[in-house]
Amino acid sequence: MKRDWPAYFTFWHKLGALSLSWFSFVVLFFLILPILIIVPLSFNVEPFFSFTEGMLRLDPAAYSLRWYREILANPNWILAIQNSFMIGIAATVIATVLGTLAAVGMTSRYMPFKNLIMAVMLAPMIVPLIIMAAGMFFFYTRYNIAGTYIGIIMAHAALGIPFVMISVMATLSGFDRALYHAGLSMGATPVRAFMDITVPLIRPGVISGALFAFVTSFDEVVIVIFLAGPGQRTIPRQMFAGLREQINPTILAVATLLIFVSVLFLISLELLRRRSERLRGITET
Amino acid sequence: MTAVGDDGFLEFDRVQKSYDQQTLVVREFNLSVTRGEFVTLLGPSGSGKSTVLMMLAGFESLTSGDIRLQGRSIARMAPYKRDIGMVFQNYALFPHMTIAENLAYPLKIRKRPTAEIRSKVQEYLDLVELGAFGNRTPAQLSGGQRQRVALARALIFAPRLVLMDEPLGALDKKLREQMQLEITRLHKQLGFTVIYVTHDQTEALTMSNRIAVFNAGVVQQCDAPDVLYETPSNGFVADFIGENNFLPGELVGLTDDVAEVRISSGDVIRTRRADADRLGMRCQVSVRPEKLFLMPSDHAFDTKFTARFTNKLYVGDFIRYFFALPDGTELVVKVLNDLAAPDYSEGQEVTLVAATKDCSAFAPHRPVPE
Repeated sequence: MKRDWPAYFTFWHKLGALSLSWFSFVVLFFLILPILIIVPLSFNVEPFFSFTEGMLRLDPAAYSLRWYREILANPNWILAIQNSFMIGIAATVIATVLGTLAAVGMTSRYMPFKNLIMAVMLAPMIVPLIIMAAGMFFFYTRYNIAGTYIGIIMAHAALGIPFVMISVMATLSGFDRALYHAGLSMGATPVRAFMDITVPLIRPGVISGALFAFVTSFDEVVIVIFLAGPGQRTIPRQMFAGLREQINPTILAVATLLIFVSVLFLISLELLRRRSERLRGITET
Repeated sequence: MTAVGDDGFLEFDRVQKSYDQQTLVVREFNLSVTRGEFVTLLGPSGSGKSTVLMMLAGFESLTSGDIRLQGRSIARMAPYKRDIGMVFQNYALFPHMTIAENLAYPLKIRKRPTAEIRSKVQEYLDLVELGAFGNRTPAQLSGGQRQRVALARALIFAPRLVLMDEPLGALDKKLREQMQLEITRLHKQLGFTVIYVTHDQTEALTMSNRIAVFNAGVVQQCDAPDVLYETPSNGFVADFIGENNFLPGELVGLTDDVAEVRISSGDVIRTRRADADRLGMRCQVSVRPEKLFLMPSDHAFDTKFTARFTNKLYVGDFIRYFFALPDGTELVVKVLNDLAAPDYSEGQEVTLVAATKDCSAFAPHRPVPE
């Protein structure tokens, strides 16, 4: 590889730069490899967590969709997948609406006790999950919503709100309030101006906050262990159970599906970011 | 137009504004605006002029006082009910809508029929000479074009009043002059009432029917541009509007409309009486560089003094002569560059003359903030 070093680089500069890039490669390798290795293993025809000889020879007979069929055949997994999406989507909707409104309030100059309220709102992100989960368990039990969908959805919404708030507040800080004022001056009511002007312009922030909220709910296991009854098992809870009870590559198949979903999310986040940059173009020129 | 300021179309009644309950940003603002008038609020930054505009638009509340539009108080009316169009400093065009959608927005809110909206939008696009730009987005327009869209959008719903908050501040000089003509043309053509805020006095002088000069939250003078320029009522206005010479001296004579001031050269200058009102007080004579003439002169004059020549600057169409008084005060005289422009040697005593009506005696004023 031919590299264009700056003219003032000595031997030691070059050695340092080379070792830095090699070190970075190694770190990346060890972080990514355990995730990537799961994908081929999930197509294993044998119930093992390791590569068989056939797999290494790339023999088609050594690969199968067996464990994916297993997921579909197992009512526990089907229920878990349904639960994960149902709870995730419901919690995301609640977190997005509340988080966006909270962000709008927090950026208003008439908002009193900003720092205090901010600290309370962000607490679910900072307080150890196990403490949140234990607290919620005792609290929800009193009102008989432990072990119900409502309980888990509320708990997950509380976890998601800070992500939405932070992301929307960041977008709002770049939002020119004169645009909202312009809407008012043309006769739009505050709600109308907010929906017509503010919301479309902060939409990238809202959507990326919503995605974070969804992912948070989607892979959350601690609160589910505390609060969920057998009927509310989610994917992470089911995987957790699977690891302890009957260990087989079904888990790898589920994990592969989750990786696929995460990659989709990352791509949509990136597309949103580019879109928002395009829209912002006007205020800079 | 009826006589300026007497039909009470828009009235500010002892308006005050304080953000922190301690210092007043706007001290006591009184102004009466006639329908169809173009009134400019002019002042250095931080003088309170933008705050007045924000209170008028409804984005800031009044600390005390009242604002009446067509006889009804709007001090407690929500901004979206005021029916006041506004052109913002950075245009505030909606970036997610096309130009046509931007213009249609106020009409859509008023639930006008689609056909009417379409023809109105085209009419106003043509009015600001952007007929073919309806499908572009704001990001695809130049600064001047955006400015015109913002203007059209503030006018299209025929609001009772149009506010403009330094609308030309972001444009370069040439474009700014073009837009000044454009706004003046639209104002003449459509006859709307404008409250215009700027810190650019050329803009104010060329466009307005009347100018209210702000300083430190108080209106120093509110008059037509020529009145403001020719007969400023205090030292701040004389200093802020246009270029001026200030000659310190002592008030030695006072009649109903003439003041006499002895300056450091020992000469007594006869001036128009302004806000210097106590015999013996320290005061300043203000006289504009183009109203001072060099002897011999064929201009009519009735007061004169001597000063020492120090320097001259060749500017092109005119020449700037610099003089000094014995106390060190510098003054400048603008002379047209023709055959009569004289030559002096440094230190030469020269007699300068002026008309009494072009000189004013002011009490000392605080310097104009840069």
